[in-house]
Amino acid sequence: MTRRAPTVVLHAALLAGAALTMLPLWWMVAASFMPGGEANSFPPRLWPSRPTVAHYAALFDRLNVARYAANSLVVAAVTTAISLLVNSMAGYAFAKLRFAGRDRIFRLLVAALIIPGQIGMLPLFLMLKQLGLINTYWAVIIPGMASIFGIFLVRQYALSIPDTLLDAARIDGAGEWRIYWELVLPSCRPILVTLGLFTFMGAWNDFLWPLIVLTDSDMYTLPVGLANLVGEHVQDTELMMAGAVLTVLPVVLLFLALQRFYIAGVMSGSLKE
Amino acid sequence: MTGRRSLTAAAYGFVVPALALIALFFLVPVAASFVLSLTDFDIYAVANTANLRLVGLHNYNALLHDPLFWVALRNTAYFVAVAGPLSVVASLIAALLVTPAAVRGKSLFRTLFFLPVVTSLVAVAVVWRYLYHPRFGLLNYALALLGLSPLDWLGDPHLAMPAIIVMSVWKNFGFNMIIFMAGLQSIPERLYEAASIDGASRWRQFWLVTVPMLMPTFVFVGVMTVIGNFQLFAEPYVMTQGGPAHSTLSIVLYMYEEGFRWWSLGYAAALAFVLFAIIVALTALTRLRAGGAGAAAPPPPGKEAIA
Repeated sequence: MTRRAPTVVLHAALLAGAALTMLPLWWMVAASFMPGGEANSFPPRLWPSRPTVAHYAALFDRLNVARYAANSLVVAAVTTAISLLVNSMAGYAFAKLRFAGRDRIFRLLVAALIIPGQIGMLPLFLMLKQLGLINTYWAVIIPGMASIFGIFLVRQYALSIPDTLLDAARIDGAGEWRIYWELVLPSCRPILVTLGLFTFMGAWNDFLWPLIVLTDSDMYTLPVGLANLVGEHVQDTELMMAGAVLTVLPVVLLFLALQRFYIAGVMSGSLKE
Repeated sequence: MTGRRSLTAAAYGFVVPALALIALFFLVPVAASFVLSLTDFDIYAVANTANLRLVGLHNYNALLHDPLFWVALRNTAYFVAVAGPLSVVASLIAALLVTPAAVRGKSLFRTLFFLPVVTSLVAVAVVWRYLYHPRFGLLNYALALLGLSPLDWLGDPHLAMPAIIVMSVWKNFGFNMIIFMAGLQSIPERLYEAASIDGASRWRQFWLVTVPMLMPTFVFVGVMTVIGNFQLFAEPYVMTQGGPAHSTLSIVLYMYEEGFRWWSLGYAAALAFVLFAIIVALTALTRLRAGGAGAAAPPPPGKEAIA
């Protein structure tokens, strides 16, 4: 009896916390299906009286959201593909290959981890403007192609690959590129899924940088397009909620499908060498 | 011998693409930011760089005499000082609630608490704008149920920043919760057993075992949260546009407006560099106090930062 009471309190606290945490997201979804004006009623409703998809239809028919979604998808997918290749190569080399200055360079990179991306944004903008890349996908993709965090993540994982395995392949005459492609990449698969998830979600959700470099509304990603829509349609609550759902849903589904990898990545990122 | 040398050459082949990209598109721009801050780069220079002049520390001097800079700095410091501790405490409580072996549906709760972290900041900032609506918002409805009068959350200069803080804690606590869970799991069970044999209550065990053992986690979480919070931008941009009465203007928002709305890139670069100096100084300070602990701290992913 004395042991049961705390367990009940514990679960009550968890349920209350979970309900509070989910409430904003619940309301977002519910309001997106409400008939026009219903989200602005008092007392607030948590369920649409007559569910409608009219606001979703309006977003696609009138408001270019399909284009925003396509832009987001291209930017996030290309960033992820390039970053997986580039970061896994470097992460593997820092873990398993010897070259002059390896550990010093790695320490410098890790020290640079604290520098926020915003610090270099103004010169980077001018640089990309000089290259004629402003308002292109590349302007958004370029800063995400290599990341110190990605290199760090792969390196920590690749350290556990046995040297004997790599040396055996070398004795068998395999080239370094083949060893990387056929041996290292497959054995790093879990961390590559993690890194791919981080990169894709980061690129999908990124806001400030796309806001700066995408000037034409045909190029907007979903977050930039959504922030822009708020300016024009702020009174249209249900429409805005439908837009928010469309922006959030793909990454939430991706996370739910692969969360084991995501959580493992957050945890391994927090562990010290 | 030749094998060794060709191995080294191959190694460079593997690291050079990443290092070149990081140097060119991250480290060089950071350094260039300082150079830019020493110029009067403005809209005329955007049109034609011949209009560019070196002005030494003029921009920094102007910053010191710019009331809006101090407002932005104070607002950002306020956000960091309040949202940081609040979110660390919320994360720790969530981790403590989810960790006990007796908890049913552990992974479901973990997932639900974590969900806000993966959502787009812009999207949830839009949602919270409506939750804070003075007439129709859920928050004021909750206040009414408690018999309290409604508040103009985002319209009152004294409430706008607290409102942004609440939203940001909601959005982020799940991330640090995961890190605290990892920390809690790494505490050996025998420490609790020993404390329990010595007659320590659960509360004393928390202070005598859990808190000291979590110290490295606190340092890591603290540094990462502070660095992340100094980059406050999307919340005020979407929810308040820095208002009312500049009460939610942050350093990065001010930098964005100076740089990309008014094209005063030299001045905005000075703002960026001040932010950089603050973050470096604070990190150095924590590292000093923690006696070198918390090295190799990668930034939280998905924090909407580039590079």
